[in-house]
Amino acid sequence: MATSADAHAHDAHEHHDHKPPFFVRWFFSTNHKDIGILYILFAIMAGLVGGALSGLIRWELAEPGIQIFQPHSWLAKIGIIEASKHGYNVVVTAHALIMIFFMVMPAMIGGFGNFFVPIMIGAPDMAFPRMNNISFWLLVASFAVLCTSLMVDGGPGKGFGGGWTMYPPLSTIGHTGPAFDLAILSLHLAGASSILGAINFITTIFNMRAPGMTLHRMPLFVWSVLVTVFLLLLSLPVLAGAITMLLTDRNFGTSFFNPAGGGDPVMFQHLFWFFGHPEVYILILPGFGMISHIVATFSKKPVFGYLAMAYAMVAIGFVGFVVWAHHMFTTGLNVNLQAYFSAATMIIAVPTGIKIFSWIATMWGGSIDFKTPMLFAIGFIFLFTVGGVTGVVLSNAGVDYSFQDTYYVVAHFHYVLSLGAVFAIFAGFYYWFEKMWGVKYNEILGAAHFWLMFVGVNVIFFPMHFLGMQGMPRRYVDYPDAFAFWNRISTDGYMIAALGVVVFLVMLVEAAVRRRKAEANPWGEGATTLEWTLSSPPPYHQFNDLPHIEAEGH
Amino acid sequence: MIDKSAAGRTSGRKSALGAATCALMFGAAALMSTAARAEELMGQPTPGGWGFQPSGDAIKRSVVFFHNDILMPIITVICLLVAGLILYIAIRFNKRANPVPARFTHNTQIEVIWTVAPVLILMFIAIFSFRLLYAYHDMPKPDLTVKATGNQWYWNYTYPDHGALAFDSLILPEEKAKAAGKPYRLGVDNPLVVPVGKTVRVLVTGADVIHDFAMPAFGLKTDAVPGRVNETWFKADKPGIYYGQCSELCGVDHAFMPIEIDVVTPDQFNTWVVAKGGKLPGAKAAAPAAPAATAPAGGAPANPAPAAPAAKPAQTAVTNTAKTTTAKIGHAALAAKAA
Ligand code: HEM
Ligand SMILES: [Cu+2]
Ligand SMILES: [Cu+2]
Repeated sequence: MATSADAHAHDAHEHHDHKPPFFVRWFFSTNHKDIGILYILFAIMAGLVGGALSGLIRWELAEPGIQIFQPHSWLAKIGIIEASKHGYNVVVTAHALIMIFFMVMPAMIGGFGNFFVPIMIGAPDMAFPRMNNISFWLLVASFAVLCTSLMVDGGPGKGFGGGWTMYPPLSTIGHTGPAFDLAILSLHLAGASSILGAINFITTIFNMRAPGMTLHRMPLFVWSVLVTVFLLLLSLPVLAGAITMLLTDRNFGTSFFNPAGGGDPVMFQHLFWFFGHPEVYILILPGFGMISHIVATFSKKPVFGYLAMAYAMVAIGFVGFVVWAHHMFTTGLNVNLQAYFSAATMIIAVPTGIKIFSWIATMWGGSIDFKTPMLFAIGFIFLFTVGGVTGVVLSNAGVDYSFQDTYYVVAHFHYVLSLGAVFAIFAGFYYWFEKMWGVKYNEILGAAHFWLMFVGVNVIFFPMHFLGMQGMPRRYVDYPDAFAFWNRISTDGYMIAALGVVVFLVMLVEAAVRRRKAEANPWGEGATTLEWTLSSPPPYHQFNDLPHIEAEGH
Repeated sequence: MIDKSAAGRTSGRKSALGAATCALMFGAAALMSTAARAEELMGQPTPGGWGFQPSGDAIKRSVVFFHNDILMPIITVICLLVAGLILYIAIRFNKRANPVPARFTHNTQIEVIWTVAPVLILMFIAIFSFRLLYAYHDMPKPDLTVKATGNQWYWNYTYPDHGALAFDSLILPEEKAKAAGKPYRLGVDNPLVVPVGKTVRVLVTGADVIHDFAMPAFGLKTDAVPGRVNETWFKADKPGIYYGQCSELCGVDHAFMPIEIDVVTPDQFNTWVVAKGGKLPGAKAAAPAAPAATAPAGGAPANPAPAAPAAKPAQTAVTNTAKTTTAKIGHAALAAKAA
């Protein structure tokens, strides 16, 4: 980064390091590092659930016909999820909601954000530690409510199967049971959790930077979280409003989105995507920040174009708010509006390109060490590029008419989310593994995890482009025989990726059993941010004497 | 609904090989821009196919041109450029090859280049993009109008110019589809029948929830929104059977409400209209409140001479149920610019 700490401030406080007893420590936790750990554990758990649900999807789609979402399958015998065509829609919906709200967001913002933002800016903790605790437990409550929703009546069957976009009237007259009311409650709780978290981060970053830590010396991960939480703060209330209107349409006879009462279903889509598009940047921006750190660390070179990197994220955040209707090209928008939304969307490719090329320039001339975090970071750069260019294809309204709601879109957003965001999360997880857990991971298992995942996800998602080109619609439990070939391959890929996840779990167990003692800075001279000046794991309370940050001559 | 089709299993055997080829796919993607393979099926997906379905009308041809000849080369080059740079870096700048890292953090010249070059590329793309978008919305004077109403879970078609001819269109069950020689999950009992070479305006709306009227061969995808009438159009090049599928999640049987358009000669079309119980425009008493003046279909007005009831085998009883749509035609959003 553009800063370096004079490293005298941190060795004095080892003896202040008294931790509260177990229950108080983990259930009433106010310590940002403990809460970060809780968030990470929660995200791993949710990721396994969401991943298992995607396994059901891929299993079902392995061949034409309905194999497991029918009354005589093993799924029906287990009985948690309804084994029916409706059950398939429920699983797709739950997969998306869990991956987005309970895996990616908690891992990036709640986990890495909580743990490292205060440390990186030289602060002892978050601004509102108790609010931080509430944020976490609201999310747990939200997840519990969502799981309950899977098990109660939705209308056509158990659970809500209207997709994560929950468009009315399918989510109003199409789902009359209480399952969707529970899902709305769950989203409200998750939204409240995120908004409280966003307020906490904004206050922390603006008010608690150590002396000398100016905004323009802030590490890029902190910048990325700052932009992200502003997006959260501005977009989530719109979602809250929209789903509250759904709630009153469903239960109290209003007709915000009911044409028979003068409402307009398309209005919901505008509100949803006004939230939804910034949301996809919320999922990826913290990843941008992490990748910058990792690429710089392992190239042993400072980040190329620090300011351009920071302001590219700010620009992406701004433009991200004015492109929402590119999700709605087929709804019958005025043609001039479509032209505007096409053009505005393309503009986002410019700051995104700046970021990609700056990462490459950071590596250029470096002395690169291909440790596991760096493998995931490089994987991220390539996969995000692939997902990005298909995004440019989709931004053309005239072409989107052929792709909208097909597997081409599923391929596109998994390249940026499932591969992009998840690879960034794994990169960060390995990068900070010693720092967070106080033990070392096994490099061979880490690399095996990377290669299995990299091959697996590409085999899963690349063929989906072909399915989309051929016209296969998304959210389909069954498909014409002509689509069988690429679907089969996609499911094979899932098995490779699943093997990768198994290796990941083995890696966790191995590290926990072996307990190799962590170093304060395992990565050497390339790792320049403040967390590497502390022990691994950091003391329970860090920076009781604030560090002083000085400009690095460049 | 348990159908372990033979096709599914055969492709399973091929899949190991396929998985291996997948690794090479990124490079191979470049080929897609040229692939115009002869064995591709018209109007439906081809088993193992990996490009667009063949175009059935002029608009879709311009989509395919824009995508395959403009966008694909650009994005392929970008991906290969990034991949190539990464590979070069991995070889040239790994810690053994380059033990002492450089320290530079800025290079204004290159930063300007990688900001301006994408802008220029995007402007180039935008030219074609807007041309295509406005071509889509520049409908010629329609020769006939049909209305497609999405219902849970079937389509209802009406022909306002043809004596309000109306019928429902449901998916064919597997055995019936086989008997009729249509692909299961695509074939329907009562297809939408239109004349070849005529501009067909399609008014699309939904009766209950949102559906989407999609037809890959003609590049159509238009949401069927309750309370709103969207408009789209096509002008088929050749007679034939074209298949599409509902493309907006609409509930339990979303995957089972396909769209079939049978494009026939104008003569066959007129015969079909009459056989279905409709009236031909121009034949005096007919033509009730058609939204727009519509030219009589083709060269053969009101002459239902050719006996054979059109091109349709497996013609199940003519369902003239005229399920009138419950949607209140609110703001005909797009229809406005039809004028
Ligand atoms: C290996 C992991 C994954 C696999 C195999 C997978 C597979 C799939 C498939 C096949 C669908 C389409 C289902 C359909 O349309 O019928 C889908 C939908 C979706 N997935 Fe994933 N996915 C994975 C990971 C993720 C991750 C990590 C995220 C988000 C961060 C994600 C977000 C979504 C979303 C938003 C949808 C759309 C759901 C909807 O249509 O409402 N997926 N996934
Ligand atoms: Cu978007
Ligand atoms: Cu549908």
